[in-house]
Amino acid sequence: MGRSADLPRPAVRADGRPDDTGCGVLHVDMDAFYALVEIRERPELAGSPVVVAGGSTRGVVLSASYEARAFGVRSAMPAARARRLCPQAVFLPPHFPRYTEVSAGVMALFRSITPLVEPLSLDEAFLDVSGSLRRLGMSPAMVGEWIRGEVFDAHRVTCSVGVAPSKFAAKLASGMAKPDGLLVVPAGGVLQFLHPLPVSALWGVGARTAEALHQLGCETVADVAATPLAALRRAVGGAVAEQLHALSQGHDERQVVPDAPEKSVGAEETFDVDVADRAAMHRELLRLAERAAAALRRRGLRGRTVALKLRYPDFTTVSRSRTLVEPTDAGRAIMAVARELLDAHLPAGARVRLLGVRVEQLMAGGGTEQLTLQETGPGWSDADRAADAARSRFGSAAVRPATLLDTAAADPRSAAAHPDPGGSHESCE
Amino acid sequence: MEFELERDAFADAVAWTARGLPSRPVVPVTAGVVLEVTDGALLVSGFDFEVLNRIEVPVTDKSPGRVLVSGRLLAEIARALPPKDVRVAVEGNRLAVRCGSARFNLPLMQVEDYPVVPELPATSGTVRGDVFATAVAQVTTAASRDETLPMLTGVRMEVTPDELIFAATDRYRLAERHVPWQPSDDVASRSVIIPAKTLSDAAKSLGSASDVVLSFGSEGGGFIGFSANGRQTLTRLLDGEFVKFASLWPTESTTTAEVEIAPFVDAVKRVSLVAQRFAPVRMSFDENRVQLSAEAEDESSAEEELEVGVTGEPLTIGFNAGYLLDGLTAVKAPRATLSFTTPARPTVITPVTGLADPDTANSTGEQTYRYLVMSMRLRG
Repeated sequence: MGRSADLPRPAVRADGRPDDTGCGVLHVDMDAFYALVEIRERPELAGSPVVVAGGSTRGVVLSASYEARAFGVRSAMPAARARRLCPQAVFLPPHFPRYTEVSAGVMALFRSITPLVEPLSLDEAFLDVSGSLRRLGMSPAMVGEWIRGEVFDAHRVTCSVGVAPSKFAAKLASGMAKPDGLLVVPAGGVLQFLHPLPVSALWGVGARTAEALHQLGCETVADVAATPLAALRRAVGGAVAEQLHALSQGHDERQVVPDAPEKSVGAEETFDVDVADRAAMHRELLRLAERAAAALRRRGLRGRTVALKLRYPDFTTVSRSRTLVEPTDAGRAIMAVARELLDAHLPAGARVRLLGVRVEQLMAGGGTEQLTLQETGPGWSDADRAADAARSRFGSAAVRPATLLDTAAADPRSAAAHPDPGGSHESCE
Repeated sequence: MEFELERDAFADAVAWTARGLPSRPVVPVTAGVVLEVTDGALLVSGFDFEVLNRIEVPVTDKSPGRVLVSGRLLAEIARALPPKDVRVAVEGNRLAVRCGSARFNLPLMQVEDYPVVPELPATSGTVRGDVFATAVAQVTTAASRDETLPMLTGVRMEVTPDELIFAATDRYRLAERHVPWQPSDDVASRSVIIPAKTLSDAAKSLGSASDVVLSFGSEGGGFIGFSANGRQTLTRLLDGEFVKFASLWPTESTTTAEVEIAPFVDAVKRVSLVAQRFAPVRMSFDENRVQLSAEAEDESSAEEELEVGVTGEPLTIGFNAGYLLDGLTAVKAPRATLSFTTPARPTVITPVTGLADPDTANSTGEQTYRYLVMSMRLRG
């Protein structure tokens, strides 16, 4: 960056869009998550107040649609109070499996963009996309808009995205963008963005700290920034004071920390049109297996269990897996198992909507491999590694199994641009 | 039906038969054991459509008959009986078992529903019991336990006029053992594939006999029987053609190491303590020594050096410790030779034979056992 980072930046670029240079952190937050998932299941409720609340009469509001929020209904409020505020709302019990499934799909989408995904809960996550921009050929805000489009296309629920140079600003921005919006906090405009906000916007400021700050005369973030650190320390204590002081100056050095060690690596594909042709499915499995294997090798991992995911046109989803004698990172070995599982479990003539291949029971030891009697000398494993090297230099279409070649010309996925525009995700969990 | 015999004979017979019974039977009757009394003998048998175990014991025969009762329950009862004579009799629709002052009644199962058991094929020849037991153990160690490759869960037995050649492989190892035998009359040369698990069980339980009788009849019989000491195991053979392994044995080597097995095994076990499962133990052979090492992801590591007789080129190679140890312990000799070519090519372990040692060499002093192990590719 050099000296240019020191110069004041215009908050808006010449083309009128906010300048998102250096805004590598995205905070993605699902809008009224449980409520919108329920509305998706019952489209006739769209546009009306919907409240998802925990079971008994003493339950609390878990999620409320924006129509319900207009009546003052909020999350964590007793359901009884919500009923008084908005008697005309439709109250629904939660269906956690639905939310978990959407969440897993959304997180998988994030991980297809960058390995640096830090989920905060089922419905929000930080992403650090700065390392992926060149590969994607997109700016951070474009990635954010692309995510919003993908999430809606795949799950029919909306999300809001904050794009900023730090986690703190990105999270505030997504909150301000809601619902169904995106907000960029330009790298040069963080203070301008923060300072008018009330002190309660600062991370770690609850009711008690806010009260202490108010007594100090601090109403806005700008007031906190202008308060000497010593005075803050006296008001709220040392550690909190330092944090507030840094945040109010726009300093937030926290990194996006991906989840604990990956438990599985995989890829899945939703077909544009449900597929019945077994040969086409086998081709897709090969492609998915190759991607899973390449992801393993990139991470220096091997896996011992291969799982196949099948989704039928009616959205019934089944998963079948088999454990190998020896762990592998070879696409060919993963493909062989995935194909056996498919042929063993998919009835003849059945159509599928989605296919997924996942490798579990991961362990270190990429590069080591138990050789078999049939494969002495340079084998398929060497071929996989050579192909990885070629792909990393020339793009993913450079080297691929021959059976994937006939689909290459017509297949937009083979283009250099990633992530795939289709419903195709690679993920690690 | 009614008979008497001593407690230990009864408990042994029932336990041996019930041991092979399925815990989740395809049809309920196969969870039972058949007790059949004729001419002063009790025949106890169990059959699960794949394997038939049958044992004959002399009894004081009061009246003949044939009944079916739960194998597991009868075995548990027999094991718990006091050391007195046992009297077993059918009383109405129950089997009464009396021993000392203990008395049990077991419901009878429908013996009419019991499947027809296979006939024992014609006798083919005999093999020394202890040699058979050793040979089978040496070979089954390399058989696959992965049911997705059924063929490799079997042991191939090649029959020649003077030898039986057992071989098994799971694609990572290959073991082969030659055993002398005495065929009855002229047995045609052929080969069969025997489920390794059943073969192993049969060899263990019949190995104490001086001779074990093999019965596999003529081509296409589909079953093989092993009999000794009144015990008989009959198992279905595996169909199909075994993998072509003869050409996999290397014809030459560029490095050989002669090791004393016990200290070498101990060293491999120690070093492999830090190697995670499926991670290699590295060995560098050079100038009459071998350096063993292993390391784990968390940066723990182990090293050990041993003096061994090395001839030929220095060599660094990696192994799954388990596969290597299986071979080293299977050679059943104080010393073994490891023959290498390149790190990615098969390694062969053979016993260093003493002359006239029937377990490791044939009458002309040739080795009768060899174990091939594939290496692990080492990182970097």
